[in-house]
Amino acid sequence: MKKSNCFSVLPGIVLIFFLAATAYGLSDAFKDNIYHPENLKPTDSVLKVKVGDRAPDFTLPAVSGGKISLSRYLGKKNVVISFVPAAWTPVCSDQWPGYNIVEDLFNKNDAILLGITVDNIPTLFAWTNQMGNLWFPVLSDFWPHGRTADAYGVLRSDGITERALFIIDKKGIIRDINVNDINKRPRLESIVRELEKLNK
Amino acid sequence: MKAMKKILIHFIALTVCVFVFSSPVTAAKSPPAKGAILPEINLAVPVKDRAKSYLGLSTSGFFKIPQIRAKVVLIEIFSMYCPHCQGDAPDVNKLYNMIEGNPRLKNKVKLIGIGAGNSSYEVEVFAKTYDIPFPLFADMDYSIHKVLGEVRTPYFIGIKINNDGTHRVFYSKLGGVDNPDQFLDLMLRLSGVK
Repeated sequence: MKKSNCFSVLPGIVLIFFLAATAYGLSDAFKDNIYHPENLKPTDSVLKVKVGDRAPDFTLPAVSGGKISLSRYLGKKNVVISFVPAAWTPVCSDQWPGYNIVEDLFNKNDAILLGITVDNIPTLFAWTNQMGNLWFPVLSDFWPHGRTADAYGVLRSDGITERALFIIDKKGIIRDINVNDINKRPRLESIVRELEKLNK
Repeated sequence: MKAMKKILIHFIALTVCVFVFSSPVTAAKSPPAKGAILPEINLAVPVKDRAKSYLGLSTSGFFKIPQIRAKVVLIEIFSMYCPHCQGDAPDVNKLYNMIEGNPRLKNKVKLIGIGAGNSSYEVEVFAKTYDIPFPLFADMDYSIHKVLGEVRTPYFIGIKINNDGTHRVFYSKLGGVDNPDQFLDLMLRLSGVK
């Protein structure tokens, strides 16, 4: 089973100087509304899928209204699923806004991004409003609580999810899994690199 | 794909050459205060001639911010992942253009950005997305962010460099440029540079 390291793309020279970081470059967009938990256990779940498996389908309510199923993209789009642990927390609040300015990179790779948390729709509505107009759907895995996250094996013991990325090709096959340290943001370049592999 | 390749090339160049080196980091409890000096920050001299020339750096390797050839350096702590930084980027560009378009200020006031927690690739994406004309530096491991008091973003620090090479912080505040005219007036007034 592959758990790709989000830093693996970076040359060794960077890793030599890499310092374990718990600092957050938190945007002022969220003012003082961010809850700061202690450093959490990096991962706290066991994957239930692996690269090469068919991605478990799901149907979840979207913040923008209606419901979205993974299967709607079969044969049409590559899919990046971004599970983030919880709304109104530091690293999560500074993850999707970055994806929001790279729609072109997803388009070039014929991919859609689906953001998922276990928060309910009203919470996600208020939280994502602070991020600007997101171009990608944000889905709520609130009820039954974390059922989709659990199907993928990224539901933690305290009911939040891992900070995880799943890249799924147009045939519905999982092509990459990155269960990141929950305390750190995965590198954008790791997503782009994996998407480009799908088109080779 | 061409744009992607371009980003990747820049990314590799930046990773190797614009890597921010900082010796063992002790987190500061607060940002640099007005009247204080900057903590020791070593930035890699940019590989791009334009950026190198803009900063007045002739050597390679690393440099300290007060070594920039200017009377005033404005430092923006930003993040590619920060919505306010994204929204403020056009105004920061206007600020840069106002300075560069004014012969009286062009060689006196310089602007740099430090991407808190951003890799070189992410900094390059930000630069490309918003067509940022001034040098940006990656702070992937938050080492600079830590010594600057782990500020929220965007955050601006202004330093005045004296003729003898010493410097003082004259501005240190959370928030973006918002209004480039007013911001520039404020920077000139607080720094005393005319």
